[in-house]
Amino acid sequence: MTSLLRKLVSHMNKFWIVFSHTYLSKIKSKSFIITTAIILALIVLMSNVQSFIEMFGSDETDQVAVLTEQEEVYSQLESRTEADFELEHFDGTLEEAQDAVGEESFIAVLDIRETEEGLPEATYYSRDYTNQTAQNILESQLQQIKVEMATNQSGIDPAVIASIYEPVSFENELIATGNGDASDVKTEEELSGARGLVYAILFLLYMAVILYGNMIAMDIANEKTSRVMEILISSSSPVSQMFAKIFGIGLVGLTQMILLLGTAYFVIMQKQDELIGDFFEFFGLSDVSVSTFIYAIIFFLLGYFLYATLAAMLGSLVSRTEDVQQLMTPVTFLIIAAFMISMIGLSMPESTFVVISSYIPFFSPMAMFLRVGLLDIAFWEVGLSILILIVTIIIFAILGAKIYRGGVLMYGTSTSLKDFKKALQLSKKE
Amino acid sequence: MTLKLENVTKRFGSFTAVDDLSIEIPEKNIFGFLGANGAGKTTTFRMILNLLDQTSGSITWNGETIDYSKSDQIGYLPEERGLYPKLKVRDQLIYLGKLRGMQKKEVLDELTSWLDYLKVPQYMDKKVEELSKGNQQKIQFISAVIHKPKLLILDEPFSGLDPVNVELLKKAVIELKNSGTSIVFSSHRMEHVEELCQHLCMMQHGKPILHGDLREIKRSFGKKNLSIQADFDLSFLENVAGVVKVKYFSDGVLCQIENEDVSQSVLEEISGKGFIRKFELDEPSLNDIFIEKAGESYE
Repeated sequence: MTSLLRKLVSHMNKFWIVFSHTYLSKIKSKSFIITTAIILALIVLMSNVQSFIEMFGSDETDQVAVLTEQEEVYSQLESRTEADFELEHFDGTLEEAQDAVGEESFIAVLDIRETEEGLPEATYYSRDYTNQTAQNILESQLQQIKVEMATNQSGIDPAVIASIYEPVSFENELIATGNGDASDVKTEEELSGARGLVYAILFLLYMAVILYGNMIAMDIANEKTSRVMEILISSSSPVSQMFAKIFGIGLVGLTQMILLLGTAYFVIMQKQDELIGDFFEFFGLSDVSVSTFIYAIIFFLLGYFLYATLAAMLGSLVSRTEDVQQLMTPVTFLIIAAFMISMIGLSMPESTFVVISSYIPFFSPMAMFLRVGLLDIAFWEVGLSILILIVTIIIFAILGAKIYRGGVLMYGTSTSLKDFKKALQLSKKE
Repeated sequence: MTLKLENVTKRFGSFTAVDDLSIEIPEKNIFGFLGANGAGKTTTFRMILNLLDQTSGSITWNGETIDYSKSDQIGYLPEERGLYPKLKVRDQLIYLGKLRGMQKKEVLDELTSWLDYLKVPQYMDKKVEELSKGNQQKIQFISAVIHKPKLLILDEPFSGLDPVNVELLKKAVIELKNSGTSIVFSSHRMEHVEELCQHLCMMQHGKPILHGDLREIKRSFGKKNLSIQADFDLSFLENVAGVVKVKYFSDGVLCQIENEDVSQSVLEEISGKGFIRKFELDEPSLNDIFIEKAGESYE
């Protein structure tokens, strides 16, 4: 009993040494510091993009020269477009106005004429098609003015006009279903928040698997290439090393994500007066239920461990770092497939293929989270999916540990499925 | 603390890498482990280190099977050298030392004295990839012995080193032995084995073909070496009965003879033919034995 305990303690010790070495050496590596710094800089830059544009843009507001004899139309148009740009009543001919645009004091000329019915009609003269916004605003405002004028001419009561243009009253109410009353069903606010969170988690998981999965495989392949592996596995068990790597790089990923989200949070708090609401409101997350958050964490972690174990297993099979990409390609395809299924599923979470995918281990972290986030599904369904995922992870961990033990002793150039068999054989007795 | 291998066999599918190997490596001893390439040495080491499971047989150390709870007492210098190329010597050894159950401070103390001993204290903060092959070898050696292992496996420890450094490391190996470490020493340089090992085992296709005390092995080999330097042509010795082989040097010959009695008939043959500067009867070298034993299987 005591010897068993001693063995366990020694295993845990070695686990921590490999874990902290993996974590610290990655965190201190130049590539990690540089990528993180670049992404952080991008976040800060993006959030301040408004200020930068203001800094470099001209202070003068755009001016549009308007040629018209309809004073009424002009004054209406001016009052409606005040916020966007300045209109100037231009005295002179169209040619003179066009020349003025050439000298850049105006961005465009708007020539408003009167049709036979007494309604406005216009031509927009500009030097190029770059400033579509001004044109669009002017067109839609003029359209409204025209509608008002036309209805006035036909003598219809303005109240009737108002009621014609008033949006229809359309409310959305839910029917109570068999397994609960209507209040259990997700509200619209919850749903749009959940959709945001689902999207964010899908994307994070996708990035995490691609980035950190590769990092794990690379790290193991590196130790094999430099042949330090044989010394490492003679001092601590390959299985505990494999898990120390998966956890260590997982923590690296967590550190990076916390840094990024923390910076985003800080930047948003800084600019709170300009934006509406706080961090969670900004992402539309304030209405998301607690259970969705918990599921987000559960599925994210399970998804990471599943793919990380697979990556560690594959990393142990290659003997040169150049071959890592080749072996990781199927894994990348798997996660891309999972991502695509979920992206399509985001607009139709109830479709059969999403339901089926939510029980298939490689797709379920994304597909089941999508369903649980957007729909109200029975607990046993989520539980079953989580159970399948955990069992798969355990199977992969056991298999991965075996392959890892044999794989790290294998050197050769081939990168085929035969290697799995060879590695398994090496870890067996014969 | 003896290492005992009993009827150890390792098969990879239909290929038998190690076949019914039984050896005993006593404490405070350097045990020579020889064999041609592919004879099964590395597989045996990996089984001792528990990196591979033997198909049958048992490996015990001090009566217990070896597992990872004992790895702090084991040192390993693999034939394929391996260190992290991008890590500094200091960080490298701290990590590897910790994995062998050492504290950071102990590692640094030991590392400093080892680097001083090997006359390379300036490499403490150098990356391994910046060092020459021979100097990387020194670091590799330190990583195998820094935790004062009780069982040390050295696979070709002196490759790539100049004679001065070979002497330094040999001295260190002997000191480790004297302080109580059991050492398994594998090398293709027979003169190193002869110098360091009292006991040895020679492998051939996974089977031990020679096993025992070095002097005993030499004696039982039977054949002797006869070294002669003379001013006249000695090539006629090839035809003397009992002379197996004649090897010519610039200043004389080295004859391999079937037994020591043959030396007397050779002496009779050459006496009176001219001036003889040297006539020496000697034990066969391990090199001769190796070539003969290992060569047999190639024929």
